[in-house]
Amino acid sequence: MSEIADFLRDPWTFEFMRRALLAAMVVSAVAAVVGSFVILKGMAFIGDALPHASFGGVAVAFVLGANLYLGGAIAAVVTALLIGFVSRRGLIKYDTAIGILFVGAFALGVMIVSTQRNYTGDLFSFVFGNIFAVSWNDVWTTAALSTVILILVVLFYKEILFVAYDPSMAAASGLPVAAIQYGLLALVGVTTVIGLQTVGIVLVVALLVTPAATAQLLTRRLPPMMAVGALVGVLSSLAGLYIAYYADVAASAAIVLTATGFFALAFLFAPERGLLWQRRFVPAERA
Amino acid sequence: MAGNGTGTEPYVVEVRDLRAGYGSHSALEDVSFTIEPGCLAGLVGPNGSGKSTLLKVMLGLHRPWRGEVLTYGRYGRPERGRVGYMPQSELVDWAFPVTVAQVVLMGRYGRIGLVRQPGRRDRETAMAALERVRLADRAGRMIGELSGGEQRRALIARVLAQEADLLLLDEPLAGLDATAQHDLLRLFEELRREGKTLFVATHDLSCVAADFDHVVLLNRRVIAFGRPADVFTEENLSAAFQRHLFVLPQGTTIIGP
Repeated sequence: MSEIADFLRDPWTFEFMRRALLAAMVVSAVAAVVGSFVILKGMAFIGDALPHASFGGVAVAFVLGANLYLGGAIAAVVTALLIGFVSRRGLIKYDTAIGILFVGAFALGVMIVSTQRNYTGDLFSFVFGNIFAVSWNDVWTTAALSTVILILVVLFYKEILFVAYDPSMAAASGLPVAAIQYGLLALVGVTTVIGLQTVGIVLVVALLVTPAATAQLLTRRLPPMMAVGALVGVLSSLAGLYIAYYADVAASAAIVLTATGFFALAFLFAPERGLLWQRRFVPAERA
Repeated sequence: MAGNGTGTEPYVVEVRDLRAGYGSHSALEDVSFTIEPGCLAGLVGPNGSGKSTLLKVMLGLHRPWRGEVLTYGRYGRPERGRVGYMPQSELVDWAFPVTVAQVVLMGRYGRIGLVRQPGRRDRETAMAALERVRLADRAGRMIGELSGGEQRRALIARVLAQEADLLLLDEPLAGLDATAQHDLLRLFEELRREGKTLFVATHDLSCVAADFDHVVLLNRRVIAFGRPADVFTEENLSAAFQRHLFVLPQGTTIIGP
């Protein structure tokens, strides 16, 4: 018995593991809440684009010796707003605008980095994440930003829901649709940046999309979907860190793959909607 | 055109010399007409004739190239809460995880204001609207679980919950069976008796001919405007619908896709 207890307890005797767990749980929970809107609006592509775009800001901040996260956050939010601005003109489709702008910002980052001689360490950790290097300062910054994001989602839940569901009716009702759409993009931008340290640019989209998509298979209404998504994110963080600790693999990959595993389970076994369920009980045709 | 009013009663809507479009594509040209208070008015035209664009311009959602819209004597965007809108049901995301009651409650959001939560009166208004379209028993269901006709009625309930004076409805009759159409037309009649003004975009000439007070026949331009009996002449209809219209020998008119 005590062996199992030791096995479970052992990783958390290290302070860097406790910090990593706290940061990963907070980020994955808030990412699932914001990510619910992302997947419902078919915005997964932008969830992939913003962290890449933030790399441009990270690189600029690196050269200037400024805070890398602040640089990344500014670049993500500016790119999000530019995507909204370009696509709202109606001349270019939304996903085309995303494709152009995020690759542009990412290329800017690559170009700036290529001029530097000694960039490997810090910048590499942005690409793949370095959760074991988070400081208490990082944990508190993450927690504070996550709290702000959650408060904004709760306060404007009604408006975000309406605009996400039916933008033309929302506009006809007098809601400031453009401001709310930009605001949601900015929230996605900030969420991805706080996820950078945990899982890095390449994998952060998984935190936005995978837990929320898993929850969508298990729930019917939006608030439970957000809650279940947050739970899936938190459990993936916990299990991923155990795997990283004992198997000595990259924590970011372990967290994301655990979430992918949860999604696969839900996809197969979700009541009524899972693949196996549908094989066994063919549902009545909907009118 | 303005000559048939009494002169004392202002128009609910006055559209003057409207031109609008997207990019370089022109969707509306020199559109002028008026809507009288308490009137059930139709907006009839083939697909791509600019019906939806016209409604969007009237709502202040789409900026016209030139011309103007006066709603209750006010230029540009109508006063908040006075004009209700029902979008085409193809534009609504039916897979979205919201209940029927939530969708109808959204009709109240414009009045509630930012951040504030819907109160008891908002919920009561939404429920009353659902009862009016006989969907009260479906309030807790997910919107995607309803049949096509029920979804349409849920959108109607949402526009009722807005408690607006002028209702702009985009294709509310499309795809409904005869009974559902009949119910909806009876509801329009009730609303008109309550003093509401309705402007309804539709393909359905026979409904308009039988039940509507006025009709705007549109194909990028206003082909004709007035009482359905005066507007629906063979000449006007073939000008509006061109080769989409087939006049059968029995006098039945069929509109092609």
